[in-house]
Amino acid sequence: MASSDWPLWEVFVRSRAGLNHKHCGSLHAPDAEMAIQNARDVYTRRGEGVSIWVVKSSEITAADPDDKDQLYDPADTKVYRHPTFYTVPDEVDHL
Amino acid sequence: MSDATLDSKGGAGPAVADDPKRRAAFDARVAAEGKVEPRDWMPEQYRKTLIRQISQHAHSEYVGMLPEGNWVTRAPTLRRKAVLLAKIQDEAGHALYLYGAAETMGVSRAEMLDALHEGKAKYSSIFNYPTLTWADVAAIGWLVDGAAIVNQVALQRCSYGPYARAMVRICKEESFHQRQGYEAMMALAQGSPDQKKMAQDSLNRWWWPSLMMFGPSDRDSPHSAQNMAWKIKRESNDDLRQRFVDMTVPQADYLGLTMPDPDLKWNEERGHYDFGEIDWDEFWRVVKGNGVCNRERLQARRDAHDKGAWVREAAVAHAEKRAARSLAQAAE
Repeated sequence: MASSDWPLWEVFVRSRAGLNHKHCGSLHAPDAEMAIQNARDVYTRRGEGVSIWVVKSSEITAADPDDKDQLYDPADTKVYRHPTFYTVPDEVDHL
Repeated sequence: MSDATLDSKGGAGPAVADDPKRRAAFDARVAAEGKVEPRDWMPEQYRKTLIRQISQHAHSEYVGMLPEGNWVTRAPTLRRKAVLLAKIQDEAGHALYLYGAAETMGVSRAEMLDALHEGKAKYSSIFNYPTLTWADVAAIGWLVDGAAIVNQVALQRCSYGPYARAMVRICKEESFHQRQGYEAMMALAQGSPDQKKMAQDSLNRWWWPSLMMFGPSDRDSPHSAQNMAWKIKRESNDDLRQRFVDMTVPQADYLGLTMPDPDLKWNEERGHYDFGEIDWDEFWRVVKGNGVCNRERLQARRDAHDKGAWVREAAVAHAEKRAARSLAQAAE
């Protein structure tokens, strides 16, 4: 494995306990452990996180952007899935 | 700054011939401030321009460590040394974010580094000027990072998502760079007569090259119109340069330093400072490779890459050993 072949890792950082890990960037590293060490230096130099996940980019399956319309547009017509769709009397509380 | 291989099936594949219908849809989306993500279809020219711009930006961060690195061991106090090290480490990180953003366009980091090392890629000319005194480290933070921030704040609204996101992170980190530079400059400007002289000398040498960082005048920027339409570029070179001048002159006044420009004066009518003409011959001379440090900078980068080869090889050997060990344990 030449250094130029180091796999790419996607980095997820939990900013503090109670919050989810959030994607923050990527980097190259020879293995997962070194990816975490590098991610610590690159993405958490100012207290940005308390936990890091790395995952090989090649392991991620992503939806095709060309399918965007057929995948997500149907939700646009289903407004009854939102609470604001319903009419309820103002004088009734806790709805 | 991410999502790099996620686009391997989409846009980053082999060049797709430009398709007028998709092109029109793309242009309309970008015009409406829609963002472009790695796997989205994009015109080849958009991709090419961004690869060039983002990789040049990455190279600038990467080469930009050298002029400051020159002063790490000679920083006047431990505090300044710790600050300088932190700043230089940030620059390495910024290069990494930007190489990552460029990689989402389907070009590998190794290819980009090869282009830099072979002298085929450009980086910001400002780093081809030497850091002769400690005051130059202060001037770089104040002026060079100050100018870079003006440029990068505008780029946070770039239409290409990964680049815009890298800019947001970089701007956040870079504000300390400018402040530490100004603070260091202030220490000199308010110091002994010799220190003040050193500060003024440094300002004299860095002011004009800092103005050149915004690139050629709008009169001589042939690609600007298309890049503005695609929102790769958000504001013109001359507008950004003017903003930098307006912001920096009062900062110099506070320090009691004088800008090395006899034509500099406040224009009440325009509400901006007028300033003298940039020496464009010098600008093009440095861009074309004949500045004071062009050869030295490139050689330093090549040497660092070659001399660091064993570290990269050792990391790979370590990873392979660890993988073999865990495989053996799994078999037990």
